[in-house]
Amino acid sequence: MYRYDEFDYQFVRDRTAQFADQARRRLAGELTEDEFRPLRLMNGLYLQLHAYMLRIAIPYGTLSSRQMRQLAMIARRWDKNYGHFTTRQNIQFNWIKLEDTPEILAALADVEMHAIQTSGNCIRNVTTDQWAGAAADEIADPRPVAELIRQWSSLHPEFSYLPRKFKIAVTGAPNDRAAVKVHDIGLRLHKNDKGEAGWEVIVGGGLGRTPLIGVTVREFLPQHELIAYLEAIMRVYNLYGRRDNKYKARIKILVHELGPEKFRAEVEAEYARRPKQETEVEERELARIAAYFAPPQFERLPRWSPRFEEARLANPAFARWVRTNVAAHFADGYAIANISLKPEGGIPGDATSEQMELVADLAERHSFSEIRVSHAQNLVLPHVKRDDLFDLWQALSGAGLAASNLGLAGDIIACPGLDYCTLATARSIPVAQAISRKFADYDRQQDIGPLKINISGCINACGHHHVGHIGILGLDKKGEEYYQITLGGSSATSASIGQIIGPGFAGHDVPDAIEKILDTYLKHRQPGEEFLAAYRRLGAQPFKEALYAAH
Amino acid sequence: MSITEKGQAMTANRLRDGAVVFFTRSGDWSEAIDAAVLATEPQAARALESRGKDDERATLVTGVYLFDAERRDGHIRALHIRERIRTLGPTVRLDLGKQAEGLGGAFPAENGG
Repeated sequence: MYRYDEFDYQFVRDRTAQFADQARRRLAGELTEDEFRPLRLMNGLYLQLHAYMLRIAIPYGTLSSRQMRQLAMIARRWDKNYGHFTTRQNIQFNWIKLEDTPEILAALADVEMHAIQTSGNCIRNVTTDQWAGAAADEIADPRPVAELIRQWSSLHPEFSYLPRKFKIAVTGAPNDRAAVKVHDIGLRLHKNDKGEAGWEVIVGGGLGRTPLIGVTVREFLPQHELIAYLEAIMRVYNLYGRRDNKYKARIKILVHELGPEKFRAEVEAEYARRPKQETEVEERELARIAAYFAPPQFERLPRWSPRFEEARLANPAFARWVRTNVAAHFADGYAIANISLKPEGGIPGDATSEQMELVADLAERHSFSEIRVSHAQNLVLPHVKRDDLFDLWQALSGAGLAASNLGLAGDIIACPGLDYCTLATARSIPVAQAISRKFADYDRQQDIGPLKINISGCINACGHHHVGHIGILGLDKKGEEYYQITLGGSSATSASIGQIIGPGFAGHDVPDAIEKILDTYLKHRQPGEEFLAAYRRLGAQPFKEALYAAH
Repeated sequence: MSITEKGQAMTANRLRDGAVVFFTRSGDWSEAIDAAVLATEPQAARALESRGKDDERATLVTGVYLFDAERRDGHIRALHIRERIRTLGPTVRLDLGKQAEGLGGAFPAENGG
């Protein structure tokens, strides 16, 4: 894992000290709220529905056991003993006091963490594949590049006051688990005909009130040109991006208003103007960073683990968990263990301090002290010996962390919604809980197969509803919550934006509506056909009929 | 159930800890909505808002605003679900927030309450 150098260390310490002084001045009345708000937001401190909320960056979703324990400590000491893992691979604490925040930031700095650039019109935390550095299908670990981008974008003076926030996602695998087509910039590693690896650069994707799939600006960019090229994109955006209307300020609007061809031409012209010698520095820096991400010392193990196979045969509940939650690792004898934070009827993404500590302990014991946060609000132990999976599962089971539903109907993405968020127009979590209970039966979830249900409590789409196979958007109609359903969205390699199926539903009617949609799928599907494929083949009509014919 | 008054109440977040507070009859801030003063005339609402701005300047609270509310059976009920959730805490964690601390409003978040 990446470790801070002296520069990083000092920089975070300085920022923590600066914020402590800013908070003191605010509490003493020396700063007005208008003066203080941008300062606290630059340090991830929002004012939410019930209290301040602190959003802490988890760069590319990678945490050490030590860091996870510190998050658990912060939750226990300064919050209400839990945290919420977000769709941006970050963590949020919901009950923070302004007067405690300097101490919390200092505690974060102790473990090389901070909340910088988790808000504001800057380049936000870079996100990536939660299986990076472990997945069997990966071309290369994308995290060195994610870290390079993080270092480049941290307090970059030219990109600290962009027209709007800016999100970059990176994937090093052909199966996109990082949703690169719905980010401001998405980077996808692939190989050319000569077998060299390079980046497809996708720009102008995004969700929110104007959901759009990004367009490819460069098919194949050599790695050493990456930062220079990103800089050219940022300059074009900084120059032409709209600042008069925040709803039209994201780069996706610029790309789609100019048109991909014109936008590409602008970027290439800017790129051609740049001096080229700078890239050597980046190559050296990338090599330095990459050394931190060298794979851990895997033991040479046989692919076949008798201990694992015996446990799987003897214990059906373990076998179910393996089937859904364990993924293929590139190293023989190892596996990726996914920890669902979606227990039946639970709050998606929430974990108690005790659960965080257990995961930290288990990572230490079984996964080289490494933990990942996924954008689907789950946790991952990326490097577990197959021999150890049964022990791991038993420990997780005892703590309510062994839900066997990864990628199934119960694995619902949901933003905090109106239960916590000041922007929300409706609640998300209760809808997720009701659906989770309705489809709790494992066999039923298995029968339905791979399914992404995503719920947002407002048009800003933190719950990624546009790219849910089934998306649910909570809105306010004259003070009443109601929910619009979209079908056919996907953030995977063949990304698509879901289409609104028809009039919305009251919250208590949503689970039945989902059931009708899924019954329609089960009735019409061909052998082996997943929900999304069936929807794409069938179109909206049979689902519309099922939902609205009787009305 | 009798609605005796309709009007506006004033809320904010306490600056030092962010707690949701309501402006009271005695001119200070309470965590309980039932202590809130209800302005039934536009003029009274404007006066409330002005007091709120003063307390923002005095760094007691931040984010002051008025919201529609009514008095029912001696309790204050916010008209919008968002404000009712603020008087209670998360509907999905009844063990947290005002509702768990004996400071919650008398009405559930959902309509029909």
